Amino acid sequence: MTISFNDETFRDDYTFHNSPAAIRRFPFPFDQDSYMYSVNLEPHAGGREGTPFQKRFDVDEHYVAEMKDRAITLADDPLRCQSLPHMELAGWDFLELVMTSKAEDYPDLFTLNRDGDRWHWINRPLGIEQRFTFLDPTTLPCGPLEYITRQTQGDHALLDQRDDNLWMEAGMITSQADWSLDFDIGMNFYEWHAPVPRAHELGVFQRALKFLLALQQGAPSRRLNWTMTVNPRLDTSPENYHKWGPEKRTITPENVGSKQHLRVELQTLWRLPRSNAIAFPIRCYLLSLEDIVSQPKWGRRLHRVLRDLPDELAEYKGFAVNRPMIVDYLSRFDDGAPTSPGIFPD
Amino acid sequence: MNALELRVAAVDPISPLVTRFRFEHPEGATLPPFSGGAHVVVEMPDDGILRRNAYSLISDPLDGRAYEIAVRREDTGRGGSRFMHHRVKAGDMLRVTRPINLFSLDLRARKHVLIGGGIGITPFLAQLAQLTRLQAPFELHYAARTRSEAAGLSLLPDMPQVHVHISDEGNRMDLGAILGHQPLGTHVYTCGPEGLIAAVDDTAARLGWPRGALHSEAFLAPPPGTPFAVTLASGRRIEVGPHESLLEALEAAEVPVDWSCRGGACGRCETRVAACHGRIEHNDHWLTDDEKAAQTKIMPCVSRFAGETLTLDL
Ligand code: FES
Repeated sequence: MTISFNDETFRDDYTFHNSPAAIRRFPFPFDQDSYMYSVNLEPHAGGREGTPFQKRFDVDEHYVAEMKDRAITLADDPLRCQSLPHMELAGWDFLELVMTSKAEDYPDLFTLNRDGDRWHWINRPLGIEQRFTFLDPTTLPCGPLEYITRQTQGDHALLDQRDDNLWMEAGMITSQADWSLDFDIGMNFYEWHAPVPRAHELGVFQRALKFLLALQQGAPSRRLNWTMTVNPRLDTSPENYHKWGPEKRTITPENVGSKQHLRVELQTLWRLPRSNAIAFPIRCYLLSLEDIVSQPKWGRRLHRVLRDLPDELAEYKGFAVNRPMIVDYLSRFDDGAPTSPGIFPD
Repeated sequence: MNALELRVAAVDPISPLVTRFRFEHPEGATLPPFSGGAHVVVEMPDDGILRRNAYSLISDPLDGRAYEIAVRREDTGRGGSRFMHHRVKAGDMLRVTRPINLFSLDLRARKHVLIGGGIGITPFLAQLAQLTRLQAPFELHYAARTRSEAAGLSLLPDMPQVHVHISDEGNRMDLGAILGHQPLGTHVYTCGPEGLIAAVDDTAARLGWPRGALHSEAFLAPPPGTPFAVTLASGRRIEVGPHESLLEALEAAEVPVDWSCRGGACGRCETRVAACHGRIEHNDHWLTDDEKAAQTKIMPCVSRFAGETLTLDL
């Protein structure tokens, strides 16, 4: 199936929108009527036809517009992409993983020809054609990590493994939920997770780290995480808080359905073979409350989840100020009927 | 398990005790790349027992045509290496896991010093190829008492960075000299017997090396021992033979246990102990001394038991 790409923006006039098909394939993160922070990792080994879980790197109608938005963010702040010198090999690893996966999964959009180390890459949606020598950075316009992540939706962190810990030492981070690569680079797993409330006392991190250290090549994992964002803005970085923070105060009972978005991250984890590093792609999906309630199961369930969420989680996820208005809006779509198990719409 | 079905392409004896095996994809497909220090686990169907042993990959990580391992025959071991030496022939098909690396190079290092003893040379062979390709400065030191004990000698390439120390020939390895004048930012990797690892750690500590610059891998095969039995939560009793590991006995009884290194290093097989009357012989490098003393956890891939009852949370 060939995708038709949206002409849309993620800032200023916010013309971002989801087609009916994109709404139905949205990775709704709640499989029951309540939510608690957990590791919830499962193998990233395909999934239901048409869902974002099916392919290794999901490409959807927002692809071209998201890559344009990334270019704008990078032009303003080149530090959104960084790689410590020892992570260059991991960057090549990741480039190889993305190019081979996309060429196999979307042959109509991407082509990769390899003749030993001489590679030829074609990206039709972005109109890119590049011949280069694998592992020779002088043959690409920029470093391998930057090169491939300017062509891959979602943020991407590369984690080095040593001393029984993981260290965030390279990444392309332009569509994050309020954290900063420039701040976190060089930190280990416990350090960059320090702000998550409750998770330490639950022992969630220790279990997650242990699992990740044993992550094997050829056996990627995935999980969903979520937060809320006012307006469909990808770049909600701390550096730009002055731009998006005040927008939180623009929510009214009249506009909450169209302005308030559920922001879902499809996080995957990959052991990279040549460097033994771990790649952590974080793909962001946005859906307005209005679009969510078009699927009655989701409308009911989201109402119950947000209504019953502990205060500190609403605070951490950044929507405590608007929670009453959001819950009030959603309550109109909750008739009290039971919801079916699983995340998919009925 | 994440395994590949591979054909044994060559079996080459390289010393009286060591044999090299080469595995290729049956259709000639490229094998997944790996990083220096990685191992694979080979499955050996040995007369009703499915043995699984971990071996370091010794071939060039960037050469996707084949995986190579070197197996030292252990006549008193559990039988895996004897199976490889006596039963495996070119043309056989064996299941081999994808590469797993628990002994990776630290790519921050300005220079890499590799120190090996005995068959502990194997993880360094792929690292040599990787370091050469990355054009990173390194030196390798291989130590043995006698030339005939230096099982890995014939695997070593002839390079100026490779130094062989045979103590019977009067050139005993001098760790003080090796570690004494390395440039700042050097990392040292040790693989071999526990004594060698301890000696490197002590020397480095005496010379003021930072802890984070020291890396080691003890070459650990599950040791055989006296037979014992464990009880599962269901009340089921499982006997473990003298040449079998607890993990192998559980697998034979179709009790699922997660694993990855099968050598007491990765933590994947950690199992809770519900009751213990006796002594767990902890042979692993995973549990802390306190955890070992508490006897509430066991690593079934390498640990054994002596005593009355051991009940596992399985
Ligand atoms: S399998 Fe790795 S410690 Fe047991």
